[in-house]
Amino acid sequence: MAVLKPTLKAKGPLSVEGLLARHPMGGPGAKWAESARAAARARLEGFGAPQRRDEYWKFTNPVKLVGDAVKAFAMDPDDVFGEVDALSLVFVDGVFDADASDSLEGESLEIATLSQALSADIHWASELYGKLEERGQNPVPRELAALNTAVAQEGIVIRATGKVARPVRFSYIHRDDASDAVIHNLVKVEAGAEITILESGPAAARFNKQFEIDIADGGALHHVRAQGRDHDRLAFTAMFTRLGQESVYKSFTLTANGVLTRNEQVIEITGDDAVAHVAGACAGEGDFHHDDTVFITHDAVNCESRQVFKKVLKSGATGVFQGKILVKEDAQKTDGYQISQGLLLDDDSQFLAKPELEIYADDVACSHGSTCGGLDETGLFYLLSRGVPRRDAQNMLVIAFMDEAVQEIEDEDLQELIRNRIASWLDKH
Amino acid sequence: MLEIKNLHVKLGEEDKVILKGVNLTVEAGKVHAIMGPNGSGKSTLSYVLSGREGYEVTDGSASLAGEELLEMEPEERAALGLFLAFQYPVEIPGVGNMTFLRTAVNAQRKARGEEELSAAEFLKVVREKAKSLKIDADMLKRPVNVGFSGGEKKRNEILQMAMLEPKMCILDETDSGLDVDAMKLVSEGVNALRDEGRGFLVITHYQRLLDHIKPDVVHIMADGRIVKTGGPELALEVENNGYADILAEVA
Repeated sequence: MAVLKPTLKAKGPLSVEGLLARHPMGGPGAKWAESARAAARARLEGFGAPQRRDEYWKFTNPVKLVGDAVKAFAMDPDDVFGEVDALSLVFVDGVFDADASDSLEGESLEIATLSQALSADIHWASELYGKLEERGQNPVPRELAALNTAVAQEGIVIRATGKVARPVRFSYIHRDDASDAVIHNLVKVEAGAEITILESGPAAARFNKQFEIDIADGGALHHVRAQGRDHDRLAFTAMFTRLGQESVYKSFTLTANGVLTRNEQVIEITGDDAVAHVAGACAGEGDFHHDDTVFITHDAVNCESRQVFKKVLKSGATGVFQGKILVKEDAQKTDGYQISQGLLLDDDSQFLAKPELEIYADDVACSHGSTCGGLDETGLFYLLSRGVPRRDAQNMLVIAFMDEAVQEIEDEDLQELIRNRIASWLDKH
Repeated sequence: MLEIKNLHVKLGEEDKVILKGVNLTVEAGKVHAIMGPNGSGKSTLSYVLSGREGYEVTDGSASLAGEELLEMEPEERAALGLFLAFQYPVEIPGVGNMTFLRTAVNAQRKARGEEELSAAEFLKVVREKAKSLKIDADMLKRPVNVGFSGGEKKRNEILQMAMLEPKMCILDETDSGLDVDAMKLVSEGVNALRDEGRGFLVITHYQRLLDHIKPDVVHIMADGRIVKTGGPELALEVENNGYADILAEVA
């Protein structure tokens, strides 16, 4: 029986006004933008501020995430994808830095800043902004996502009109110990188009970052993200994705360190024969809380979804996984797979998992599993018996444990960059 | 080379006694085989010698090249020159075979106070040794044992043995799961390592492996003891008559 620690007490009840007041509203935008923000604000007011008692926040305390003061030591680790030939977008403390970034143009690509988009009539952006977030608010209200839509000034909007050869790389740099950032990105992948999005680095002392991604028929989006290693940050991220017919969405996240990280993936498959894979690997020590919350809705025939999440936890770290597959009545031939695993390197850490399946179609194959345990004793003995020192052997087994998730990345070079980052984390911990 | 005296071992968690006084000496340059029915303690002996957790030595001793083994960590025993070829080699996804081999080789060299091999030196040696075991570049690049067939895994064990150049090799049912061709290849790999300065302990159920790796001495193990020792003809006797006759004879 674990001893319960006293929970952090918020100074007074959280209020929607309080949350909104933290983020200065920008100048007036285009009419569509104003109404999208107003609608998001109304949604948030309807939901109220996040509360600890909500089932949606069962394992992660939102009060800690949205507390009044924020302070996290700035850290500027190497960009995991720094060597990748990519279109580079740089954010400093959540603010787009045009000088440090490449110019906003590329083949088969329309790209602009969010603030440009919000004050212009870019029809594809106006059709997307806040729309997928709103669709993702049912059946579970996601207050912080609505907050993001209501106040965001920073972000990038991207439209891929063909196969985009160079990945688009978001590099986040954190310099200000008290930065509190809201970033909202849009990606529209047109029919048959393809794009790779890379993200790396700590965005700010606290950040609320959202993607809305619409993938049209036959389109594909690959997303690979490395969060960390800044430890004190508070992070809430949400990715809302809609998939059209025969489209592909593959997203992988590596998280190293972080006192509190909540990564949400809300995926709606609306076209037949589509494929959605989300995967994550995280490693944390001590005061580390990492939460993956995934909701995949199958609303089309013959689609495949996979969720692969691996968490390595030591010295009192906590890993959370809440993953749901909803298969609607007509979503026949759905192939859904979900695995979440915690590797506890000591007795102090914990892994909390809530896998859920809700299936209304009768011809589907859905499987889910969740495990929690220590290092594989046989594997450890095997490596030791070859003379590999114990620490190296343990690290190799941690890499092995995470690898099922890493292999979800399609590009093998990117896989290797992620493995190197895991290895360098292990060297330091 | 390897000296085991009156070794008594029980399972750590249960009170089950598995080895009940094993005495065995393997000289340098010799190949000893241990045969015996299931549950006689053969695999336990190999695990206890190489330092797997979960066993408790209640009496007796074991030494390698004059050094007491049983108090050492598994990695220290490896650096001293003990090698166990596993019956079921373990898969390590995400860790390349080469990386693993180089880590192991250099860690052992370091532990012995020898200079580590450079990447180039290592590559040269490993390619040469892999070739004779028909291990191609792809198998070297792939993660350790992941997606390997039964035969490939055993060849990979022998490659590790060849790279680590141990003083004392224990082969735990290396023939299990191998077809005739794979067994031949693995045996050739082992025979190539036979050397004046190296001892072998080959654990097997079947005579057929011993057709390829010819032993100098054959031991029969039953109920945690070595009950009979003889020459290669003893293995043939087992093959023809099973263990029943021998066990009845010594009972």
